[in-house]
Amino acid sequence: MPETYALKIRRYDPESGEPAYWQEFNVELEPERSVLDGILQVRGDQDGSLAIRCSCQAAICGSCGVKINGRSRLACNTLIGEAAEDAQRRFGDRDGVTTPDGSASIVVEPMGNMPVLKDLIVDMDAVHWKKVHRVVPWLLPDGPPPQREYIVPAESMIDITQAMACIHCGACVSACLSLEVDPEFVGPAALAKAYRFVGDPRDGQAESRLKDLAEDPHGIYDCTHCFQCVEVCPKDVAPMDQIMRLRRRATDDFEIKDSNSGYGHEKAFVNLIEKYGTLHEAQLLPRSYGKGSLIRSQLDPSSLKQLIASLPTVVNGLKSGKVSPVKALWHKKLPDQSQVRRIFKEIESKDERLELNLYIVGESGEAEEGAQAEGSQES
Amino acid sequence: MKLAYWPGCVSRGFTPELHGAVAKVAPVLDLELVELDRANCCGAGVIAEHNQELADTLNARTFAMAQGVDGAMGMMNICSTCQGAQSECQERLDADTAYREHINGNLEPEGLTYERGGAWWNKNFLWLLVEEIGLDTLKEKVVRPLEGLRVAPFYGCYIVRPTRRLGFNESPERDSYLEQVITTLGGEPVAYAGSHKCCGFPVITMNKATSLRQAGRHMADALDAGADCVVTPCPLCHLNLDLQQPDAERYVERDLGMPVLHFPQLVGLALGLEPKELGMNKHVVSTRDVQKKVAALAAA
Repeated sequence: MPETYALKIRRYDPESGEPAYWQEFNVELEPERSVLDGILQVRGDQDGSLAIRCSCQAAICGSCGVKINGRSRLACNTLIGEAAEDAQRRFGDRDGVTTPDGSASIVVEPMGNMPVLKDLIVDMDAVHWKKVHRVVPWLLPDGPPPQREYIVPAESMIDITQAMACIHCGACVSACLSLEVDPEFVGPAALAKAYRFVGDPRDGQAESRLKDLAEDPHGIYDCTHCFQCVEVCPKDVAPMDQIMRLRRRATDDFEIKDSNSGYGHEKAFVNLIEKYGTLHEAQLLPRSYGKGSLIRSQLDPSSLKQLIASLPTVVNGLKSGKVSPVKALWHKKLPDQSQVRRIFKEIESKDERLELNLYIVGESGEAEEGAQAEGSQES
Repeated sequence: MKLAYWPGCVSRGFTPELHGAVAKVAPVLDLELVELDRANCCGAGVIAEHNQELADTLNARTFAMAQGVDGAMGMMNICSTCQGAQSECQERLDADTAYREHINGNLEPEGLTYERGGAWWNKNFLWLLVEEIGLDTLKEKVVRPLEGLRVAPFYGCYIVRPTRRLGFNESPERDSYLEQVITTLGGEPVAYAGSHKCCGFPVITMNKATSLRQAGRHMADALDAGADCVVTPCPLCHLNLDLQQPDAERYVERDLGMPVLHFPQLVGLALGLEPKELGMNKHVVSTRDVQKKVAALAAA
């Protein structure tokens, strides 16, 4: 049974000279149809000037990325009935988004972090594709090419299948909270693409790719762990997980000591937990700036400069009474710290890091067949 | 209600006022907290970034200790980041039997085992308050409704994303619990752009501008929306929003002065506890104006 849904769409036409504005439309659709179906019905029956980019309508081409009720998504795989329920739950009690009958409109707007070209169409070239090109998104094999194709064991490619699933819809770019404050951030989609090549056994430039992205102040260490990209990706690429893999390989496989303190922060954090069991915060900052070492943080000029820059914050902490000088110097070890150290020693001494990727093995719960924990392809 | 209690590192480190506030609030809510004083850091995503097996083993160790607390209904944490980092490990441990057995093997010398799922849970105090104690019970215990206090909620990323991992299928309203509790306590929740965004703390050592532009913007948005204070269930967010706020002001080029309360402090105020016993004098951004408002409520 078709129902009536209200769409509140953000309109913008640069040629009109007018600012963006909101426009309400009613559409008649079954609840299991998509928001894209609704938008296309508006365009077909009510206003032919409404601009939306779309093609396959099956979540394959990645063209119809928009924000629905504030969340970046593909319009084609968002059910209009569910979107209406979501709008009701989130905006039902707010002014300005309710229709005369009291139900909340589905709010549709162009994606974020990218310039709007017209209505729901953003400039993917200016941001998304530019950033993807930044990471050199093609294979750079070492040595002369083989006579025929490159041959690698099939299982050595499993690790990058998740990054390869990207359809370049831009939803993660739209939702990224680092990009929101730092437009120069390489960003989730491009960094996931970078891992697709860093993790590819045929690529010969893993180390230089990683070094490039670790040294870039807007590279792998500019991601704030906000999980927005993981949440919005329609293909479960989990770009943030790929960024963490890039960091893991940069710090642990290649020991890339970057000038952004990414290496130092990881080393400092991990070493402090190994030593104390809980975080000795007072040492985290100097050790991070000192590439993991407390002494180096005070001897190396650039580390010392960073340390001095953070002094006002330290003084504020002391003044407020939340940090005492004793606490800054002394940190209690756990009663069972020897057990924590044993765990560190046993796991860190293994030749291969164990990584369970639920994207690959699936979330099968109990009694799964063949869903064994697999060692990652990292060595 | 008896609970295994994981306070985390930061609540006993740079935000000791949070640990103290929970100690005061728990008895008023009839919570018996058995502190896991042998448990280790959750890794805050950094240990998982370094080595996933290590992070999963360390958190399985904490879960096993919590499951060993006799008569406890579950485990309570007081940090959004602990919640997220631990839920991530728990998701992997619960999803795959062979993997879980392997991780439990790492704990064997200590005689510990993490048992999968069942009725056992690990909940942040915010979730526990709404889902286990209930807003009706909370309302009955409110002796000082926070009338007129405009409170801007700030969740912390780790407790709201990814929704699939954090039990939103079963409890879809977890992204509005702060607003619900603020209302129950008699206060007025303030809507603003930053409530579910990132405080920026994870990159404070790596990219200070990215980090403090985030913190500064959210505080400025809360200020513009007319908030008297911000409240957060995450002590790491608190570090960036409160401790770093004077520095963040430089990145957004304006004065902020926005008090940031820990979630248990706000609950404690409504339960009749005094600002000082909740550690509200130990903030970098003064909470004086909030204290004044609360004192006026008490007098009224």
